[in-house]
Amino acid sequence: MTNASELRTGAQILCEALIREGVEVMFGIPGGAIMPFYHAMWEYRDRLRHVLCRHEQGAGHAAEGYARASGRVGVCIATSGPGATNLVTPIADAWMDSTPLVAITGQVSSALLGTDAFQETDITGITIPITKHGYLVTDARDIPRVVREAFHLASTGRPGPVLIDVTKDAQQTRVAPNWDVELDLPGYQFFTDPTPHAVHAAATLLAGAVKPLILAGNGVIQSGASRQLLAFAEATRVPVITTLHGKGAFPEDHELALGMPGMHGWVHVNRAIQECDLLINIGGRFDDRVTGKASTFAPKARIVHVDVDGSEIGKLVRADVGIVGDAREVLSELLRLVVADATLLREAGRDDGRFRTRALWLAEIRQMQTEHKPRQAYAQRPHTAALMPHDVYDALDASLRDRTDGRGARVITDVGQHQMWAAQLIEWRKPRTHITSGGAGTMGFAVPAALGAALACPDETIWVVVGDGGFQMTNQELATIRQERVHNVKVAIINNGYLGMVRQWQELFEGRRYSGTPLSGPCFARLADAYGLRGLTVERTEDVRDAIALAWDHHESVVIDFRVEREANVFPMVPAGKSIGEMITARHEPNDCNDRNNHHETLRT
Amino acid sequence: MKHTLTALLQDRPGALNRTVSLFRRRGFNIESLSVAPSETPGLSRVTIVVDEPNIDRVVKQFTRLIEVVDVSETTSQRAVERETALVKVQPRGVTPAELTALGAAAGARVVDADEAAMIFEITDTPDTVATFVHGLRELGLVAVTRTGRVVMPRGEVPLAIPTTSVPFTSQADGASDDVAA
Repeated sequence: MTNASELRTGAQILCEALIREGVEVMFGIPGGAIMPFYHAMWEYRDRLRHVLCRHEQGAGHAAEGYARASGRVGVCIATSGPGATNLVTPIADAWMDSTPLVAITGQVSSALLGTDAFQETDITGITIPITKHGYLVTDARDIPRVVREAFHLASTGRPGPVLIDVTKDAQQTRVAPNWDVELDLPGYQFFTDPTPHAVHAAATLLAGAVKPLILAGNGVIQSGASRQLLAFAEATRVPVITTLHGKGAFPEDHELALGMPGMHGWVHVNRAIQECDLLINIGGRFDDRVTGKASTFAPKARIVHVDVDGSEIGKLVRADVGIVGDAREVLSELLRLVVADATLLREAGRDDGRFRTRALWLAEIRQMQTEHKPRQAYAQRPHTAALMPHDVYDALDASLRDRTDGRGARVITDVGQHQMWAAQLIEWRKPRTHITSGGAGTMGFAVPAALGAALACPDETIWVVVGDGGFQMTNQELATIRQERVHNVKVAIINNGYLGMVRQWQELFEGRRYSGTPLSGPCFARLADAYGLRGLTVERTEDVRDAIALAWDHHESVVIDFRVEREANVFPMVPAGKSIGEMITARHEPNDCNDRNNHHETLRT
Repeated sequence: MKHTLTALLQDRPGALNRTVSLFRRRGFNIESLSVAPSETPGLSRVTIVVDEPNIDRVVKQFTRLIEVVDVSETTSQRAVERETALVKVQPRGVTPAELTALGAAAGARVVDADEAAMIFEITDTPDTVATFVHGLRELGLVAVTRTGRVVMPRGEVPLAIPTTSVPFTSQADGASDDVAA
């Protein structure tokens, strides 16, 4: 017989299961179908912190920000129906960016399932295409196993979001929990250790390569392989490109660091890709924003593709050698082979000529770089005294360099022009310092994600760089920041009064028909003030530095409204669907040129 | 190019939904789909005929599903392929007796008959079944139910078999070099 005192409600079991998984913070909003869980949560509040967000989308992105900053699983909570559907966007975002996330949703009682009950939505069905896995729990006894499986699935292999939908009666039923549960996942396999044969094949290709490149993606950061990447690059003298999500995987002040490829990558990076004879992609998935027209990508190169998810290999770009494995394990193995090879050469008294050829290759790339300087488009100022966006980035980048000797800092960006400027103009040096919505491109990501990052890293400064469009999608989470006494979020709004990236496309490709892109907003400084935070407005270049310094030093969270030049563009740019060999590097000022069809300076390589 | 995939699927709510959803959103065209219990309790055997040039991509994506225990592709040279059809006919221009004889010649048997209609059952290779069904179109065919293809490899070649060991590691605390100083 079970002792009555051992009986726990499903909701209590859920709390205890989360604590057993090491969860400390959860982001959510209560509602009818999840109320038993909130009722139980109160008993565990000293161990399980709940952060009440203002919208479930904010709760989901906050959990993502927490996960991306810490490397741990983020947890978000919503009730059934609209609560759950409001989580769909962050779940999709986590799916596209392989972010470990467990989303817990309340569901109507099992007796009502399928009857179109009040606030009933088939959220497990809705999220099938955007989750790694999903559970509908109707029996409290399943909760220990389901939670354990969910965290295992979310955090291992290629991480991703897992949904746990729990019916109200399963939360209420009292049962004796069985914590001695086995994972029941016979179909779940992932391979961290690569096959020796594949690694050997990659090392052989590298040994014969004259113009090799490393392309480092999200997988390097997710697996914690930055140190191994640095050692491998230095041992082989192979230059390193970092994708948007690879930013921070390799220090950009390193002599072998080249920068970002793709649609808004630097000219010398894209040219190097088109010229290289070997491309080693570690933990990147050849997104179309990286490759441009995939059939024209790296035409002279053999491709080595390393990914923990075997289905990515050969999906978009052919792979001459595919290695399924964890980036850290693969890099360690590759390094071991390379070092052994070099030792053999040395012992045989032979000179390793590869270092000389690779020095020539790097010099060739640097020569391209002097011809097409990374920031050259931003050196041209319009004939106004307007505050230019890159003035803000220059000051922020300098302050990040000066201020992060002791304590760390993270930068969370949203989606659009400001995001690309941040990727281009801030020098990224450490993993998990650059957090953005990449694959899904979710505007509204940044402010709530910063809330999550701020709770994951309470001793660090969390900068948000966000456009005025994205900011207005989720700025209600400033109230959450205030209520939770989060003091370390510093928001820099790059405010140009447009949905800027769409406007840029309209300018470049649609004859300046600014359809649906001009955007007004409130006075953001006063809005911040209304939320009880410090708000600043900056309109002149000479005030940028002081405002940023004030934000660093202020004891509360801060919002700075940088009113920048309205029609500044992100350059270089590869038009969508074009080869990365075709880049628009600058645009003439409209008043300099009457022919509107010939404004672009296009490079073809 | 048509390919036949067999898989073992955990018999859980939503497993089939996930399978079909995957094929839909990746744009893989399902020609036939058959699901029924396998020799292992708790696992269903799925046979999917898919029209997709890059079958490797289908297999990789299909394997990713958590409830899919194993996937293998079978080819007609190495496997027995069968399909069953039930065909209802209201004889037109032929007598029921002639039709019965015709069916018997094709290996089909009459499983139900009254004055109005008769039902044939045929189990054979998918091509033969298709030919038989096509032949009845001119002779009063009114309805067809087909099971879709099922396959069994010849000899000792295994079909999809479950793997047993599941590697387990607890949640990583974030790797050591992940901390921004």
